[in-house]
Amino acid sequence: MKDRSWINLTFIFLGGLVLLFIIAPLAGMFLKTSSGDFIDTAGDMEVIRSIWLTLWTSMMATLFFAVAAIPLSYLLARKEFRFKKLILGIIDIPIVIPHSAAGIAILGFISRDTLLGKTASMVGIDFVGHPAGIAMAMAFVSVPFLINAARDGFASVPIRLEQAALNLGASPARVFFTISLPLAWRNIISGLIMMFARGMSEFGAVIIVAYHPMITPVLIYDRFGAFGLKYARPVAAIFIIISLTFFITFRLLANNKKNA
Amino acid sequence: MLKLNNVCKNLGEFNLSNLNLKVKKGEYFMILGKSGVGKSLFLELITGMQNPDKGEIILDGINITHKKIQKRQVGMVFQDYAIFPHLSVYSNIGYPLKSKGYSRENQANIILKVAGQMNLTHLLDRNPGTLSGGELQRVALARVLTLKPKLLLLDEPLVSLDVQLRKDIRTILRKIHQSGQTILHVTHDYEETITLADKVAILQNGQIIQSGTPTEIFQHPKTSFVAEFIGVKNYIPVNLNKTEEDICQAKVKGHHNLVLCMLNGKSKGNGHLIINAEDITISLDKLSASAINNFQGVIKELHPGIKGMEVVVDIGVEMTSIISQRSTRSLDLREGKAVWVSFKASGVKFIAD
Repeated sequence: MKDRSWINLTFIFLGGLVLLFIIAPLAGMFLKTSSGDFIDTAGDMEVIRSIWLTLWTSMMATLFFAVAAIPLSYLLARKEFRFKKLILGIIDIPIVIPHSAAGIAILGFISRDTLLGKTASMVGIDFVGHPAGIAMAMAFVSVPFLINAARDGFASVPIRLEQAALNLGASPARVFFTISLPLAWRNIISGLIMMFARGMSEFGAVIIVAYHPMITPVLIYDRFGAFGLKYARPVAAIFIIISLTFFITFRLLANNKKNA
Repeated sequence: MLKLNNVCKNLGEFNLSNLNLKVKKGEYFMILGKSGVGKSLFLELITGMQNPDKGEIILDGINITHKKIQKRQVGMVFQDYAIFPHLSVYSNIGYPLKSKGYSRENQANIILKVAGQMNLTHLLDRNPGTLSGGELQRVALARVLTLKPKLLLLDEPLVSLDVQLRKDIRTILRKIHQSGQTILHVTHDYEETITLADKVAILQNGQIIQSGTPTEIFQHPKTSFVAEFIGVKNYIPVNLNKTEEDICQAKVKGHHNLVLCMLNGKSKGNGHLIINAEDITISLDKLSASAINNFQGVIKELHPGIKGMEVVVDIGVEMTSIISQRSTRSLDLREGKAVWVSFKASGVKFIAD
């Protein structure tokens, strides 16, 4: 960074503005929240319940959908087939559409009068207003992050290694579990973390599917609407701290595993 | 053992057509071809990584043309070794054994035995990322040998190794062969072929153009490609049409005034003359000696070679002579200089087309 050319200095200045744009609102939020508000909110059972609900629904959504999304990623990385580009486009749709629209779409898919809704109600589950419905809404908007990361991971594994394993008598399933999956694992972990984090922060799709029970983003919105900024801010600050704690911990664990 | 019947594969860039080949049990068979000729594709067809467009592949009397890769019992050592980077040397070597359902104890016994043969025992706990090229090559060989393949395929196994490591790996390959293992090895290096092969096939333009023992091929190259490939410098197309006493006269094709002489040629007609570059004498004046082939020409190229200075003289066709650096200096040879080229009729060999 010793380059003092005008173009370099301009880039540093512009980059600094963007960083400031991200950091300033967050820093402002923390600075404007008193320690008393923090302590009161951290002990608020409604807040604790919503954070817990947010964490485990997002975790369940990530793990449950990973079982199907990872094999799909492998197919997309390794196989050529008709309409592959179309499928790749479809996978990215949840990222580009408004999340409230995604929520409407999910609601239309899981409500009581749909096939899935009727089937679920036979075993006593009503997705609307249920943690399972919340998990679905979270998964809908976040699963592209996992699929795309895992696909990149599988694509980076040399086909030659898979061929060598087959040549050594391994079945395709064994090749997948002993060669492809371990070698793509870093990208997959990264995708899982991104999916979990993105699911946890989802608001637009979830609020359409389930206002209650309240996940934390909905609770923040609810408190803002009912009581104003002062009451919403401590919840937001605590949720950001918890989100970042999880995010950084998972990243560190993933890096440690890589370096081990 | 291995039989290829009219195997064809067209990949656009690489095109193999009508490949016919027989490898006997216990044979060390080498495919010799230049880079980019489709040698690796040839092996991939046998392993099942590629399916032929046409033809069939028979191994031990069983048609394996459309058999799954993992069911073929054909082990391959890849040019880039394809060692699994996330597994230790021990796990790499033992990889084929888990698929076969061996007990942990049996696996350990086999791994230790093969590792011992390959001098890898001290490296078993190591990560492949910390190994040298020669060590990786030995791991790749050990790993494939635990599979006990019916046929061992080697894709240019010596290409990225230095001279000493090549020697070591060649010794290992000889030992593997001596243990009765059938080997099919592709290479572009004819020296490798001479030192290892029982039998050789030459691959050119996607076809096998000649096969036989190394001696047969190197003494009777069928085409200029083969001759050039195996290091023959002077391979001249001629028509052998006239005999005087014990001398045959060979008219060089395309150069009707250029006639070379050889001793006691029984064959007649079209063919090629082979003249060893070491048997050609360069002089500044015409020699009064027993050599009856004397031609004046101009030096076109002069450069150092493996055996000595290579002098290319244009006498109507290009003749290459290998001489010492001292002679080059004493005759003051340089490009463009007029010289005489002489060689004995008894040193000329004719190969009929």
